[in-house]
This record gives sequence, structure tokens and C-alpha cells, in this order.
Amino acid sequence: MKLDRRTFIELIVGFSAGAGGGFMLTPVNWKLMDDATIWSQELWPRYQLGGLKGQLPQRGKVTHADSVCNLCPGGCGITVRKVADRVTKIEGREGYPVNNGGICPLGASGLQLLYGPWRVPSPLKRVGERGSGKFESITWDEAINEVVQKLGDLRNKGQSHTVTCILGSDRGTVPQLFDRFLKAYGSPNFVRTASAEDTYELALGLMQGATGSVGYDLENANFILSFGSGLIEGWGSPVRVIQAHSRWRSNNLKKRAMVVQIEPRLSNTAAKADNWYPVKPGTEAALALGLAHVIVKESRYDSNFIENHTFGFEDWSGSGGKTYRGFKRLVLAKYAPEAVSEITGLQANKIVELARAFAKAKRPLAVWGRGKGTVSGSLYECMAVHALNALVGNINKPGGVSASPQVATRTWPEVDRDTTAWSGLRKPRIDGAGTGRYPLTKYLPDRWPQVINGGKAGTIKALLVHDADPYYTTLDSAAVAKAFDHIPFVVSFSTCMDETAYHADLILPNHHYLERSEDIPTPVGLQKPILGLLRPVVSPQFDTRHTGDVLMSIAKSLGGSVADAFPWEDYETVLKETMGEKWDTLKKAGYIEDVSYKPSTWGQAFGTPSGKFEFYVTAFDQAGMKVGKDLDYLPHYEPVQPEGNPATYPLILIPTELMRLANGAIGNPPFCTKTLEETELKRNDLFVEVNPKTAAEYGLSEGHRAMLETPKGKAKVLVHLFEGIMPGVIGIPKGLGHTAYDDYLSGKGVSANSLMGVVEDPITGLSATWGIRAKLTSV
Amino acid sequence: MSHLFLGWVIFPPLLYSEKQQPIDFSHKLHVDEVGECEGCHYFREDGSFSGIPALENCLECHEEQMGEHPEEAKLVKEYVEPGKEIPWLIYARQPQCVFFSHAAHVKLTKYSRDIWGWNIAGYKKHTWDRMKMDDCAECHEARGSHDACFVCHK
Repeated sequence: MKLDRRTFIELIVGFSAGAGGGFMLTPVNWKLMDDATIWSQELWPRYQLGGLKGQLPQRGKVTHADSVCNLCPGGCGITVRKVADRVTKIEGREGYPVNNGGICPLGASGLQLLYGPWRVPSPLKRVGERGSGKFESITWDEAINEVVQKLGDLRNKGQSHTVTCILGSDRGTVPQLFDRFLKAYGSPNFVRTASAEDTYELALGLMQGATGSVGYDLENANFILSFGSGLIEGWGSPVRVIQAHSRWRSNNLKKRAMVVQIEPRLSNTAAKADNWYPVKPGTEAALALGLAHVIVKESRYDSNFIENHTFGFEDWSGSGGKTYRGFKRLVLAKYAPEAVSEITGLQANKIVELARAFAKAKRPLAVWGRGKGTVSGSLYECMAVHALNALVGNINKPGGVSASPQVATRTWPEVDRDTTAWSGLRKPRIDGAGTGRYPLTKYLPDRWPQVINGGKAGTIKALLVHDADPYYTTLDSAAVAKAFDHIPFVVSFSTCMDETAYHADLILPNHHYLERSEDIPTPVGLQKPILGLLRPVVSPQFDTRHTGDVLMSIAKSLGGSVADAFPWEDYETVLKETMGEKWDTLKKAGYIEDVSYKPSTWGQAFGTPSGKFEFYVTAFDQAGMKVGKDLDYLPHYEPVQPEGNPATYPLILIPTELMRLANGAIGNPPFCTKTLEETELKRNDLFVEVNPKTAAEYGLSEGHRAMLETPKGKAKVLVHLFEGIMPGVIGIPKGLGHTAYDDYLSGKGVSANSLMGVVEDPITGLSATWGIRAKLTSV
Repeated sequence: MSHLFLGWVIFPPLLYSEKQQPIDFSHKLHVDEVGECEGCHYFREDGSFSGIPALENCLECHEEQMGEHPEEAKLVKEYVEPGKEIPWLIYARQPQCVFFSHAAHVKLTKYSRDIWGWNIAGYKKHTWDRMKMDDCAECHEARGSHDACFVCHK
């Protein structure tokens, strides 16, 4: 047969039809079609989920386990829902004395932290340059040996005091183990990361002679005067405050409490308040004293409390016959409404109205702590606000304020220190706290980078970080990064790859909080003693170890008196023995609440030198502190000047805080980041809030790209026009701009801390920064 | 012709993978012995279906070898003694897009055995006899129950 074009085409067509027809009579095509349905049903959704089978819900028995949330100092009770071995949901625990069934967005996202790609899977040792993120996996024995060798060397060389520990808390057994370790090892350098508690503890110590931080009876107050506290933005124990907030707003449709917010920006708290008084940022103390002026002048204060239980209200004579100015004379002379109006920008008649309303209320309460309470703040501002509480006599009263109590636990035997330990402990702290200029301050968490950068390199030879992310949370990120370069050995105990871990030499990952046991002391801001128990609800997902156990292994390998300080077999034993007879109750119920607790009555409440509430702080003299002028002994307004030259930086930048954006040691989980609006974060670009007036002045419009510059750094941002922020002020959300973690968080936005500096409080040395000067230019 | 040959003889073994369950388990034998399904496939207190039994269930009888069967010897040696879960290959499971409630079928109707009888190994021998949408629809139609899409595709 001749193969021409025609036959060729005939052949092809015939062959194809025959083949098709042939195949149609076989099961092949049906099978392929069937396979296609299976693929599209099962593989495609799986592919969309990232190809990970583990992300599909596992089948199995549904169980619930109770524990406590450890993602912020709020200490909420949680109930974890599990399907087989997998945690599928975290809910608020019903009936828990802190949050009674409620949960915040961060707490609900806890399982993303458990299963997310940012977990540190095993002990890691840095192999690349610091900050390159190159680590190799090592065994636990190797990791512990590495630390032991380093710390052993330093101790043998008599340099034990150069070892520093930075932790997120100083309460509870694990922080106490670190404290004990440093005592036995020989270093005074235990540092707690910054929070409003730093200043409140001092204010309560000075004015009331109390130990511990502040507790507010929010549930029973009926007039809440908030000096910039983000009551529904995550301040205090967030769920508890939000629940109290809803009770203030309504009680069978009848309003139960007045809420007044003093803040330069219309935050959610301000928007929900009955009255919002925007004052110039940083002038809150002046307003508090202005209110005090009106209350004193019109004799609206609690005379019983003021006359019988306070010191330094009226003028008084010292032993030398000298007359000292009292609080009354001070506020009457210096803080008249007109003068305060000048400082704060608030009309004088509004100040008078507010003061009258506050003093007239049945159970008024003034609360302090900017935003979420993540910065230390100014001592005099805190004292001025606290003085308002004293004026209305709500100290240790229902609906008032008292020192936050702890559930009593067993104390540990005293540490036997050898001569090396003693000589190390006698050395001054690197941050200067507790000595010299700042005898009353316990920790100065924002100060050590400056000390190192100020030429004292080598003051920290080894840094151990637990439950904190100082690399990210400390103000002035550039200074922190520089200081880190001078620390030869950094160990992180972090569960996840946070910035500190990323820049560490060694990571010894702790169990996630759903995988371990630990005691959780009274949550921040609570006025009743509650001890919660963190319980392992899921088995460890990775090769991690409890930091309590790791620290004890290190101590035991160091030998000698350091090892002797830890007579316990493991952390579980420490926990059990510390709880003593309370252990059984704690284990069964998951928490201990001392329901019978009541703050002491006024006669017994004050541990000050005068035995009374002190407007005039005598403890300064007792501590041998030179505070200078007479004025310095009283709460007064001393402006904290933001850094920067007003000519170069005409605007003021303030950090803003959101309930949906975690800004502490825990990075924002993807669930929460998803909730950020398009006017907060757009792809990787951060919006800053600018008043339309200011924007017009600089020729900026909504969504405009601009360069935000402060004396500490600069960053490209987008402009969001917002009438709720004062003209001349820019608001930047705190919590973004992470460089570590994973693709869900890294590289998104700008870190507010990288643009802020540290302005030290003259008395405490703590950071009193509330903002910084800035300029905004169109790019 | 060649394609008929390819389609019937060559391709099927290529496309169908033949897999052996880790244990050649006989449902027929066990139903005869135990007499009911619920011994192994039970409902939990919250109404959810336990599905494939865990080794724990097998241990109720097979803690030690009971008979002579080599498969039972394998069970005891390879799984019971080391305490290892049996990695059953599961083909009866519906895909993610399907909502299938065992409770609705077992507790509320008397037809569960019919469904079971169609598909479970030991009664039908081919893996391609997995339950497909038309199998569900056929029964739903025959018994006059709902057959709208959303009954299964929630």
C-alpha cells in the first residue's frame, strides 16, 4: 500500500478511534475517572492545607483537660479540647476565679504556638554568624555540657558575677530556681523584663510600705478613672478586666459604673468610656494633681482616712524644727485647674467637673499603667494617681486598691554559699539597680544595653534568658542588638524561635506551656490570692525539656555548693514540695484561691516608717537616697521630656496597643495577625495613625507612603488618617516588626521598640518613656 | 484489539495497587464469634463513633494466643507483645468533603448491616468496592430518605 497523505490521515483517525473505542471497552478509563474524583476530593484540599497530613483533624476520642494560660501575666484558667492526642481548641475554663469561661484572642491561639513552625525542635547550637540563623541540632547532654563548661570556667576565673539571667517574671518556682541558681553560683544579676509593675511595686513600697504589685477591686468599683490604661486593650489580666468592663457598662440594662479615660488617642477603651479626656501625652501626672487640687480645695476627700492614716498631707515639722511642705499645700499652690489646663491642654472647668464626679462617686478608683502595662513608666506619675486613691480613701477597701497578695507556699532552705559565690554576689549589679543612685529599684531591664554600649563591654560574659525576649521587647532595638554583640555567650530557654533565641549561641528549648507543669502565681492586678497550676495536657511534641530540670542539671554538673543548693531530684519534686499540704488541692482543682482573704485594715496596713500612708515619702531618707529638693519627696509633676530636638523632629510618636496584637515575649500568632485590619497592616506594610490636620500639613493622604524618623531609627510606613489621635502626634502599633519566628510573622511591619529610646526616671532609673520626637516625610 | 488487550490485561495491575492489611482479619469469623458490631466499633458517650478499634480492643480477647491460626500468632507476636498499634489500611473512610454520621445510620435506621454488608472486607473482596456517592444515593433513594446534596456535603 502506498502511504500518501490521505491514507496517512485515514490511518491516524482510524487508529485513534479504534484505540479510543478499544479503551472504552476496558475498565481503564473508569478507573482513571474514579481516581480523578479521589484526587480532587482528598489530595487537593490537603495540598491547599500545605500538604501536611497533620493539619487535618485527627479522628479519635474527644477529651477535655484543664490548665492555665501562660502567654501573659493574666493567668487565665483554660480548658483544652483534644481529639485523640491532638489539641484542637483552647477555651476559657468555666468557673475559674480569674476569667470564668472567657478567653482572649492570644489565649485561643495558643495551639498555633504549640504546633506552629516556630517551635525549636531540639537543643540547637549556633554554627553560622550570630544572627544568621544557622544552627545545628545537638543532644541534651552536649547542650548541658556546653553551658556547664562555660559557666564553670567563668566561676573558676572569679567572674561569676558576669553571668546574667533575664526572665519575664520573678514569682513562681521556676524564676525562684533561677534566682537560687545565681545566689549559689555567685551573681547578683537577676533581671526581670520591664512592665508597669516595676514602678507600681516601688510606689506601693514607698507610699504604703507594702511588698508586691498592685491589686484593683475592679468588680466593685463604680467610677473608674483610667490614666491611659488600655482597659479593653489587654491591660492587667485582660479577660478579667474586659469582664469587669462589661459589668460596669450594664447590669440588667442599668449602668453600674462610670468609666473615664484619659489618653491622647481614641483607643477602644476611650471610645467605650463615658467620658474621654485627651490630654497632651506625658502630662497625665499633672492632671492627677489638678484633680487632687480640686478635691482638696473643696474638702471632698475622705477626712477620716487622711487625718488618721496618712502622713505628709498637712505641713509637718521635723526633729530639727524645720517645717516641711505637705501634699495639701503643694497641690493647692501648684496645681490649680488653670495651671493644669495650661500643661495638659484640657479646659479648666472640665478638670473641676471630673474631680467632683470622682470624689462624689461611692467607690471611685483611679488606675494607672499605660496601654497594656508593658512599660515601666514614671514614678511620680504613678504616685500622683495613687494619691488620688488615697484622697478618696479607697486603699484596701472594696472597690479600691490594695497590694496584690500571693498564696503562701513553703520556703526553701537557705542557700549555702561558698567564697566564690559570696565574692560574686558582693559585686554591683550591671544595671546599677539596688545600689548607688537607685537603691530602691530591684531591676533596671532597659538599662543594661546602655551600660554595655557605654564602654563597659565584658560586664556580661554569659546571658541566660528564660520566658522573655529582651532582644525584641527592650526599648531601643539598635542598642540592644549592639549590646548583644558584646555578650560572648547567650543561652535561650525559649520554646519558640524568638529574636533572642535567634541571636543566641545555644537554645535549650523548654516544653510548651501545654506540655509542662508549673505554678502560676497571682495574676497581675488581682486583689485576691490565686495560685494556678500549669499541667501537661499533651505529650511533648519535640525533643524539649522542662527548664526547671535543665537548670538543675546544669547546677548539679557544676558541682560543689552550686549542686548542693538543689537537693531535689527533679522539677516535679520541687513543685510538689513547695506547695506542701496545698499540693493535693492544687492538683485536684487546678488552682487554689484564698476566698477568706481580706486586705488589712487601715490601722495595720502600712509598713512605712510612719506606719501610715505616706504622701511625703520618708523611705527615701531611710534608704540613704539623695533625692535633692523637698518637692522630690511628694508626688508632683515632673515632665518626662521625649528624646529629640523639636526643630528636627516636630512631631511626637507614641506607641499604641491592640488586643489583637501581642507585643510581649510571645510573638503574635497567625490567628491574631489575621484579625489586623487593612488600616493597621497591609501585606508587610505597617500603618501609623496621623491626624488629618497633621497629614494635610505634611501633604500626606490616606495610604500614603512615608518615612518615619526618630532619633533612634527610621522606617517606611503607610499613613492612616485618624481623627482620634491628637494633631501633632503619631501612633504606632506595638507588636510587629519581628525578624525571627516564621513566615507568618517575620518581616511584617515595623517594631515600635526600634524607634523608641529610654528616658530614665530620675528616682527609679526605670524607663519612663511614653513617646519620642519624630518626623514624617513623604517618600 | 491491542487496546482491548492493554486495557484489560496490562493496565489494571499497573493502576490498581494491591495492598495487604497488616493482619488478614476476617470480619465474618469475628461476627460469628462475638455476635455484634458494638464490641469493637462502639459509640462513645458523646455519640461520636470510635471507628477502627485500637489494640486495646483486640487485647480484650487476644492477650495471649487463643487458637492455631497463623495470623493470630502474627498479631500476638508483632503487635500485642511489643504493644504496637496495628497500622490498618483504611479504605472505608469517606473523604473530607463528606459528612457521614454513623449514629444516624446505626442508631436511627435498621439498615446499617446493609451498608456494612456491601463494603467491608470479607464480604466483598475488591478494594475498588469502596463506598461511592452513587452507592449512598441508591440506598437513600430506595429507602425514600433525603437525597439532597447537603445531606452529606455540609
